[in-house]
Amino acid sequence: MKIALSSTGQDLAAPVDSRFGRAARFLLVDDNSGKMQIVENQQNLNAAQGAGVQAAQLLLRAGVNALITGNCGPKAFRVLTSAGVSVYHCDANLSGAEALQALREGRLQPAAQASVEGHWS
Amino acid sequence: MTSGSTAFRLAIASGKGGTGKTTLALALAEAQAQIGPVTLCDCDVEEPNAHLFLTGRSGPPQAVHRAVPRIDAQRCDRCGRCVDLCAFNALAVGGDCTLVFDELCHSCGGCARICPMGAIHEENSLIGHIRQLRRDNLQLISGTLAIGQVMAPPLIRAVLTDAAAAPLILVDCPPGTSCPMIAAVRSCDVVLLVTEPTPFGLNDLKLAVATVRLLGLPCAVVINRAGSGNDAAVHQYCQAEQVPVALEIPDDRRIAEGYSRGATLLQTRPELAPALHRLLADSIRLGRKA
Amino acid sequence: MKELVIISGKGGTGKTSLTAALCHLAKDVVCADCDVDAADLHLLLQPQIQQAQDFYSGNEAQVRPQDCRHCDLCAQYCVFEAVVRPSTDQPNYRIDPLACEGCGVCVHFCPAQAIDFPERLCGQWFQSNTAYGPLIHARLGIGAENSGKLVSLVRRQARALATERGSAYLLIDGPPGIGCPVIASISGADAVLIITEPTLSGRHDFLRVAELCRHFRLPALLCINKWDINPQQSQLLQQEAERLNVPLLGRLPYDPQLTQAQLQGRPVTCLEPSAASAAIGKLWRNLRLKLDTPNPQTGVPA
Repeated sequence: MKIALSSTGQDLAAPVDSRFGRAARFLLVDDNSGKMQIVENQQNLNAAQGAGVQAAQLLLRAGVNALITGNCGPKAFRVLTSAGVSVYHCDANLSGAEALQALREGRLQPAAQASVEGHWS
Repeated sequence: MTSGSTAFRLAIASGKGGTGKTTLALALAEAQAQIGPVTLCDCDVEEPNAHLFLTGRSGPPQAVHRAVPRIDAQRCDRCGRCVDLCAFNALAVGGDCTLVFDELCHSCGGCARICPMGAIHEENSLIGHIRQLRRDNLQLISGTLAIGQVMAPPLIRAVLTDAAAAPLILVDCPPGTSCPMIAAVRSCDVVLLVTEPTPFGLNDLKLAVATVRLLGLPCAVVINRAGSGNDAAVHQYCQAEQVPVALEIPDDRRIAEGYSRGATLLQTRPELAPALHRLLADSIRLGRKA
Repeated sequence: MKELVIISGKGGTGKTSLTAALCHLAKDVVCADCDVDAADLHLLLQPQIQQAQDFYSGNEAQVRPQDCRHCDLCAQYCVFEAVVRPSTDQPNYRIDPLACEGCGVCVHFCPAQAIDFPERLCGQWFQSNTAYGPLIHARLGIGAENSGKLVSLVRRQARALATERGSAYLLIDGPPGIGCPVIASISGADAVLIITEPTLSGRHDFLRVAELCRHFRLPALLCINKWDINPQQSQLLQQEAERLNVPLLGRLPYDPQLTQAQLQGRPVTCLEPSAASAAIGKLWRNLRLKLDTPNPQTGVPA
């Protein structure tokens, strides 16, 4: 399983980014091999709108199966769930490693809907 | 600049909201209607007000749409070319199909063109309504943007298209200097900029003049509520910029009270009619000269 | 930190004058001017700019005349009528930047790849100091797209600053209308204060903007400006607002001091006491009560 985490830093020690669409980058962790890949999210800095859609598309193309993030808007949620990606929300102060641990221990529940209204920031 | 038609279009705009655009547009329309046919387009589609002041025969509201893409899931092979082309992130290749986000779509038609499988056709999405009202020589065409709809320009263009055949068209523009105002003003022959003699009014007038100049259109200024602030500053600016002050409407509590009740300027102060006729004639001359 | 946005639906109802006065009364505050299309708040708050940044959004198409083959395809494909065909005064195909939507269709389909698509410089934003607190404001370029992105940027910067400073309030001067820029200015706010006037137009526009707030599930509050030019309309407005669950928090009388304050370049509450400044003081006290205590009716959290 490939798990994506929105991240404020370059590795799993950094806190999870509470934003999804405008997150700085995503860390992709392959559950089987343990390998980690960084996917930058710079293209969204110039996007006037639809950052969530674009970020979701980015993750689908990377073959992600699950996402851990702070908040996820309705459009991004729709794109991700249409491809069967499970979306998990965690507290913003958790590090990437802590969030992954929480997921493995079954402490995170898959979201049934977007956690925030879509917006422009 | 009109594209081939002989209609004359006069825009009434301002940088600042609330300076009296609609008041003036209505006054000019009523004055003109005394002597001949005139069409007033209310292009302030986010907050149209002109219809509140006019009674007459109205037709049923017409729905206005813009084109949004629909994907035929059978034909779509999820190649993602439409996603890559879309500058607005309105498309995404999901699990078994390609998704469309209407609210992000700018109706450019690019995705339908690029799809190699012919899987995208265009469908109508409601953006608002146009209503028409007629009272003798005066025809009002008014656009109302639906709540939650984000883009005004397509509706503004639809209102202006509806007016196309009329010989004299007055365009009540949205405030500001960004895309909605530009959409309303750009096909006009001359622009009247309504301002008030306050620092806010002058600040925003400067932006409006710069915008109109970028569009290559002639303009003149109308000072509303003249005498209520620093009039000298506005006059100085207009003189320095060589923008004529075509009319001054005095600050008059009766006008404000009448307006609050839904009475037009001409209903409250009918003696202003000759000045309004002169303003129309001067504006048409200014527009034709260019 | 409580975030309050002041909007009006209709322009010219006193929104900016009121916002400036509230910035003065609020003391522990960060201010933001989100009326980026026709920004006026700075005329009353007199900011000293500390930082200025360029704002880019989207792209714009530009033809390279030396590579253009005059095939006319771009003109045929552009639904925004932004392609200007050659004429007697201008021998090249060119794109009108005021009409260009930045969709990229011409760029993609040009057989000669003769169209560039650079980022579009749309304006500037500023972080400034004022006598009343920090101010984040911006200036949108003429004809620039007003998608709400610059508004969002201003708000984000203001929020970050307010959080960093531990400010009690973030006061935002919102844009007119009900489109993108307004939506961008109000989404996620703690409360929205609608200021309007007791006229047919004011009432009509209030209803639309109140509906917008309801649509986005935001608690709305009402202030009636120049209520005494038509007490009857004021009454009607108040009743309509109550029906919509928008409580009336204050009424300001028509007062020439508001123009005086503009002429002096200061919030009206900084001038000698006036009917308007007294009414704004009362409004601020009511606002603080609403913002600082939970109210099941408005849903404003503590």
